[in-house]
Amino acid sequence: MDFASSERAGAQPKEITSAKIVIAGGFGVGKTTLVGAVSEIEPLTTEAVMTSAGQGIDDASKVPGKETTTVAMDFGRITMAEDLILYLFGTPGQTRFWFMWDELIRGAVGAAVLVDTRRISDAFAPLDYFENRHLPYLVALNCFDGAPRYEPEEIREALAIAPHVPLIMCDARHRDSVKAVLVGVVEHAMATLVAEQGRGTPATVG
Amino acid sequence: MGQPHDPRGNLVRPYAVTRGRTEPRRDIPIEAVLVASQAAVQEARFAGHDKYRIAVLCEPRAQSLAEIAAYSRLPLGVARVLVADMVADGMLMLHSAAPKEGFTERMDLLERVLSGLRKL
Repeated sequence: MDFASSERAGAQPKEITSAKIVIAGGFGVGKTTLVGAVSEIEPLTTEAVMTSAGQGIDDASKVPGKETTTVAMDFGRITMAEDLILYLFGTPGQTRFWFMWDELIRGAVGAAVLVDTRRISDAFAPLDYFENRHLPYLVALNCFDGAPRYEPEEIREALAIAPHVPLIMCDARHRDSVKAVLVGVVEHAMATLVAEQGRGTPATVG
Repeated sequence: MGQPHDPRGNLVRPYAVTRGRTEPRRDIPIEAVLVASQAAVQEARFAGHDKYRIAVLCEPRAQSLAEIAAYSRLPLGVARVLVADMVADGMLMLHSAAPKEGFTERMDLLERVLSGLRKL
C-alpha cells in the first residue's frame, strides 16, 4: 500500500490483496469460456497496443510508420473476501505475443495450460513456454463434445509433459469442473512451494 | 471516448490522453487493485475526464488495473500511466498484489485462495 498517498486519499482501513491465475493455451481452446464459468463478472477484455516491431512498447509515436497491433486478453474476477480478490487472466492466443505472457505470469500464483484434444499440437508452444519459466502449472484437457477421448497418459506422452506436472480432464463450460482445475493449480503451487522450501531453493515467482 | 461501435476508435493515438508520456511513474501490476475515496473522487473532478472516470469507477469497489483499462476502454499502457499519476497524486490508493517472497506469506495467500475456491 502506498501510505504517503493513502493519507490524502482518505485511509482505507483494510489492505486488499489480489492474486491471479493464468489460463494459457492456443487460439480458440476455450480460455475465455473457462474464465466465464467461474467469474463473477462477464469476462472483460483489456488491450495492449504494440508496434509491428513487437517489442511490447505500446507507443506508436516513437516509431513513426510502424503499424500497431492490438493484443487482447480476457479476464475474470472472483471476490473471495473483502480483502482478497482472485483474477483469472487468459493469455493472448497468438504465440507471437510472448512478451504479453511474460507480463501476465509475473507474480501469478500459477497457471493452467488448456489443451483441446482435437488440436493437440497447438499445445506445444504454450507448454514449451512454461517449461522454461519458474511458475507452477498444470495441464487441463478440455473435453469438447465429440472430441476424441484419449487416456491422460497418452496425452502426457504425446505432449512430452514432465511427470511432475499434473494433468487433469475438464469441461471449460462447467463451473465445478473449472473450480477443480483452479483448485488443482493452487494445490500444485503449494506443493511446489513446500518442495522448494525443503530444498532450500530461493523461491521467486515469474 | 464516445465511439461505442468501434472498439479501436479510442486507440488512435493512444497516448494523447497522457500527453505523450509512455512511462508510468511506478510499475503497477495488471492485477493490483486501486480504491478511490469519496474525497478523491471530488478532487479528480478537476484532473481531467479520464482520471475522473477512473476515480468514479474505483470508489464503490476496488478495481484492478486490468478492469480500469477495460471499463475505460483505454489500452493497458495508457491506463497504467494515468493510474500511476493518480496514485502519486493521492487520488487512488494502490493495494498490494500477491507477495512474491517469503514462504509463510506466500503459503498463507495460497491457503486463502484455495479455501476461497472451494467455497465457490
